Amino acid sequence: MRDAEEGSESPPSQMSGDGPGGSGGESESDRWMPDLRGGNGGGGGGGRWAPPDQVLENVLESVLEFLTAARDRNAASLVCRSWYRAEAQTRRELFIGNCYAVSPRRAVERFGGVRDVVLKGKPRFADFSLVPYGWGAYVSPWVAALGPAYPRLERICLKRMTVSNDDLALIAKSFPLFKELSLVCCEGFSTHGLAAIAEWCRYLRVLDLIEDYIDEEDELVDWISKFPESNTSLESLVFDCVSVPFNFEALEALVARSPALRRLRVNHHVPVEQLRSLMAKAPQLTHLGTGAFRSEPGPGGVLSVSELATSFAASRLLCLSGFRDVNPEYLPAIHPVCVNLTSLNFSFASLTAEELIPVIRNCARLRTFWVLDTVGDEGLRAVAETCSDLRELRVFPLNATEDSEGSVSDVGLQAISEGCHKLELILYFCQRMTNAAVIAMSKNCPDLVTFRLCIMGRHRPDRITGEPMDDGFGAIVMNCKKLTRLSVSGLLTDKAFAYIGKYGKLIKTLSVAFAGNTDMSLQFVFEGCTRLQKLEVRDSPFSDKGLLSGLSYFYNMRFLWMNSCKLTMRGCRDVAQQMPDLVVEVMKDHPDDEGEMETVDKLYLYRSLAGPRNDAPPFVNIL
Amino acid sequence: MEAAVGYVSVVDVDNLKATELRLGLPGTAEDHHNHLSSQKAMSSSVPSTPRGMKRAAAEDDDVVDADEDDEAAPPVAKAQVVGWPPVRSYRKSCFQAAAASKSKAVSNKDEASKNTTAPSPAAAAANGSLVKVSMDGAPYLRKIDLKMYKGYRELREALEVMFVCFSGADSAGANPSEFAITYQDKDGDLMLVGDVPFDMFTCTCKKLRIMKRSEATGLGSHPGK
Repeated sequence: MRDAEEGSESPPSQMSGDGPGGSGGESESDRWMPDLRGGNGGGGGGGRWAPPDQVLENVLESVLEFLTAARDRNAASLVCRSWYRAEAQTRRELFIGNCYAVSPRRAVERFGGVRDVVLKGKPRFADFSLVPYGWGAYVSPWVAALGPAYPRLERICLKRMTVSNDDLALIAKSFPLFKELSLVCCEGFSTHGLAAIAEWCRYLRVLDLIEDYIDEEDELVDWISKFPESNTSLESLVFDCVSVPFNFEALEALVARSPALRRLRVNHHVPVEQLRSLMAKAPQLTHLGTGAFRSEPGPGGVLSVSELATSFAASRLLCLSGFRDVNPEYLPAIHPVCVNLTSLNFSFASLTAEELIPVIRNCARLRTFWVLDTVGDEGLRAVAETCSDLRELRVFPLNATEDSEGSVSDVGLQAISEGCHKLELILYFCQRMTNAAVIAMSKNCPDLVTFRLCIMGRHRPDRITGEPMDDGFGAIVMNCKKLTRLSVSGLLTDKAFAYIGKYGKLIKTLSVAFAGNTDMSLQFVFEGCTRLQKLEVRDSPFSDKGLLSGLSYFYNMRFLWMNSCKLTMRGCRDVAQQMPDLVVEVMKDHPDDEGEMETVDKLYLYRSLAGPRNDAPPFVNIL
Repeated sequence: MEAAVGYVSVVDVDNLKATELRLGLPGTAEDHHNHLSSQKAMSSSVPSTPRGMKRAAAEDDDVVDADEDDEAAPPVAKAQVVGWPPVRSYRKSCFQAAAASKSKAVSNKDEASKNTTAPSPAAAAANGSLVKVSMDGAPYLRKIDLKMYKGYRELREALEVMFVCFSGADSAGANPSEFAITYQDKDGDLMLVGDVPFDMFTCTCKKLRIMKRSEATGLGSHPGK
């Protein structure tokens, strides 16, 4: 595969997360390509361009500072060479949707004044154990490059990256003005790394650890004690996923000397007695992760519900989460704040409808609600009756198996659609669904941007008519004109994908599992979904033919993932040969498998300016 | 040999039953003969949906158990697959821990306050890091403490040492690569050891099973291999 780093290359807009703004499938010859051989701001290059007007460039830079959206910046950078340079110097946030799409060196060479870096690593299906351990997405080379290049860097946000304690220590020491660290679904680090961040980042405002896998080493470090002893600048401290015990007294003291703290999410080791103490020390909190929300009596005895309610009444809380091992008797304590709540996360609390309803009846201003399916259709009906302003609903399954009982169904979905007309995002796990309910939602909730329905039983049809779920999803793409993200499930034929291709013009992310009959499904999607950036497919009967129907679209996408379909090495090699700026990774199903198999179990392909990566483990074969 | 026989007679038959992999809810009764007949049926059924070679043995095992085990509470129609439904392991493991501690609280009121305050993967590991290890064809099982091992390599080496005496029974030599190490996780799924970070594995592993590589990859149902 040709190394895409040297020589002429694809348009620079591909270096950031968004694809080219216009319609897909633009050919290379139509696109103006900047000549970067002179480097940033260099006066060299060909004689075709006039020397840069320095005054104009300064003015331009001032104007461009107002452009924040990556898409706008990408467009501006394509106007001409001086705009390209000006944009490169003024871009503050660097968004890299695939850490392997560009090399750190190249990113750092182009952009001069970055303050904020967002990096995403593993494909999303890694969350479901479909990507073997050790695949990659190491942040180390990035930290090594960012350190010298951006000493004034303030913010790093990593998603699905492998982050070691050494990486965290290097971040802590490289950026003296560092303010925000956000790690989402990352792994590889432990409390040692957290201690380094706490100790060295004196101006830290945000430390958000969200659904990371924290290494549980033998020797726990008391990282909370490592924060500065004077007043801190902390605004947000989220560590509910750090499941190991911590020094509570240190946290109390930290909270007391962090006057700017607005968000605090603790782990499940915090019972209500301790929670009350924290709330008293931080009355200005707006976001609270409540820990276990049950009693563990200390010397003061068992906390009464009314005492806890007093704490909530005195608070200014807008967002509640936690409830990790909730004792439902304590739920009434949150009633005083329900009327103000805009966000409520009960998704770790196994509540019945009876336990939910008294709480939710007070939450008229709720915009975001995460809940477990244990509340049943009845619980969802209560949500629909009260929360007319709801924008986001996520219903998770308590028993995430195909054959569990399942307590929510089409009835709940229909009820929600009838009560929550402003719904923008829905994630719904269920066992039984009907086309009628999905169609109803498509009509009642026209503002939907994200529709993710997971019918947990594979290939399950409409529970009443026995028909495939084609018409339901078809109605969603037809009626929800703002839809950008779609996850499908249930029994689906090619017809569903014909609908998606025909109407899903804004779809950027599509997730497919156990669906479709023939390769036509893939072809419909590739040809129809002109804004498609991320396609993830599993266990569907798509062969090389379907894969190859996407050839002219792959450069417009961030990635394609396919596992357990009917791909062969031949088809994947075809793609690799015809698309030099694509990295085609084929993964062995069994990490210890020897030799080459004809069938391909896992395919991950992505556009890249960096060429094949050099950190791939043995089970990854880069074609 | 005689020592082995003696060991078997001392070990309660129920022990062997308890280590058998099946799809029913924990605690439901099961027939002893399932264990023997399921081994026979390993090579028989062909997976009905087109998929790769992974976990084919898991499907066979579970499908057979579904047919023969009348007493498992929910009727099982299909075998479980990896990563489906798409719920993050992080979320799944929190529920398992919470559900375990809740049921303990219900059944044993005296200990409710002790057990239910810290339902976490860490606590679960502290309580249950001892797991049984079975090997196909071996007459008895072993038990190991997962916390003793720092990583997969150490675990593998320890298991090789433990079970080397059995591997000579059927095959020509004790070749480690002929065996695949699998485990049953909290959901009851049969998983291949090595996919997730080791610490996550130690939290979710309920029991280990060493199977012959040929059975793990479902030889006979996939012409490609």
